[in-house]
Amino acid sequence: MKNLISIEDLSKAEILKILDKAEEFEDVALGKRKLRILEGKILANLFFEPSTRTRMSFEAAMKRLGGDVINLTAQEASSIAKGETLADTIKVVSKYCDAIVIRHPLIGAARFAAEHSDVPIINAGDGAGQHPTQTLLDLYTIRKECGKLSGISIALVGDLRYSRTVHSLIKALNLFDAEIYLVSPPTLSLPEEILDEVPNTKIADLSEVITAVDVLYVTRIQRERFPDEEEYKKVANSYKITPDLLINAKDTLIILHPLPRVNEIDTAVDKTKHARYFEQAFYGVPVRMAILTEVIK
Amino acid sequence: MKELVVSKIKEGTVIDHITAGRALLVLRILGISEKTKDTILIAMNVPSQKMGRKDIVKVEGKFLSTEELNKIALISPNATINLIKDYEIVKKFKVTLPPVVEGLIICPNRMCISNSQREPIRSIFYVSFDKDVVARCHYCGKKIRDIAEQIR
Repeated sequence: MKNLISIEDLSKAEILKILDKAEEFEDVALGKRKLRILEGKILANLFFEPSTRTRMSFEAAMKRLGGDVINLTAQEASSIAKGETLADTIKVVSKYCDAIVIRHPLIGAARFAAEHSDVPIINAGDGAGQHPTQTLLDLYTIRKECGKLSGISIALVGDLRYSRTVHSLIKALNLFDAEIYLVSPPTLSLPEEILDEVPNTKIADLSEVITAVDVLYVTRIQRERFPDEEEYKKVANSYKITPDLLINAKDTLIILHPLPRVNEIDTAVDKTKHARYFEQAFYGVPVRMAILTEVIK
Repeated sequence: MKELVVSKIKEGTVIDHITAGRALLVLRILGISEKTKDTILIAMNVPSQKMGRKDIVKVEGKFLSTEELNKIALISPNATINLIKDYEIVKKFKVTLPPVVEGLIICPNRMCISNSQREPIRSIFYVSFDKDVVARCHYCGKKIRDIAEQIR
């Protein structure tokens, strides 16, 4: 694998290979076993947007494999504040490392970065575009927690328009014959381009669908993606998952969230048998370990 | 129907059967601006038996490349090209959709990296035909059908 820009860069077989590899790395991610297979290698984290889980789990993954990490996080402290282009930044940073993880507010920034880089680029989120490593850990979580990946029924809830995690995940779910329900305010529905590629989806009402699905994938309504604050306010509190809402859910229902959450999942849900979002956040480490070993040769 | 007389050119390129009203856009696609020193003849809304109305552009003294001319298919898929020498047609063909177009279409997604003023970047669009001409942005995946609105 040269770069990981979009989940579409991977075939179903390649996705499964990464998930299987991640399984092998789980005890290493937990610190129970040591590995040095990326010793002497350097990963550069270039985050032009805030990140906690993605950046730290990439860092943890690299270090658990014996590698080192260099970071560019504070834009104001780097040359970017002086007006350096992304193209030049990538050309320079790619001389310092063996792979680059990039998060950027503009869609397509990771693809553009790959066109200017000497080393592999991993997309850690490009605006409202794609977030393929999140998708891989979402798939890993589903397989691990539901016991299967093929033929699951899943409801994607919240901001389907701007959520890059949803944009990536829905394409992958299509490869595994998932039954996909879309739950969102009309103004935050899935973009036409993505709907065209994943035609077998159903628009649903949350209260109806919650009793039928295996997975409830909840997303945050992202204030930062709205061009207009007033538009954000209209939909800000559209959904809230509470224990009461889960009374008639399947026993085996799992609830996922890419995090951070604001108030779309009541903290009281954390204690229910359905909550899996913190496990999901942990799985980011073994999955990203698997991705790093595929990308850095 | 009264025939409209458009001067013949001795040598150069004639673009005929342009969708009515799009001749100026054709000039833009071909990179012909008001600064041109070439002789250009433009006829708009000319009566046509086949199309009802059509536009025609004639570029005197220049043989434009097929690659350049095919970009016209984005906004006028029925346009035909006549290459003229000594007042005679030496080559005639219909424009065909180019599979990829670079630097011509502006992505309507304002959050697409291709709209960044700071970066050394040219837009890239993949073109296909699905009932209509559809162009998909290489960087953000945005699909556009009304391409005429997005020509640089």
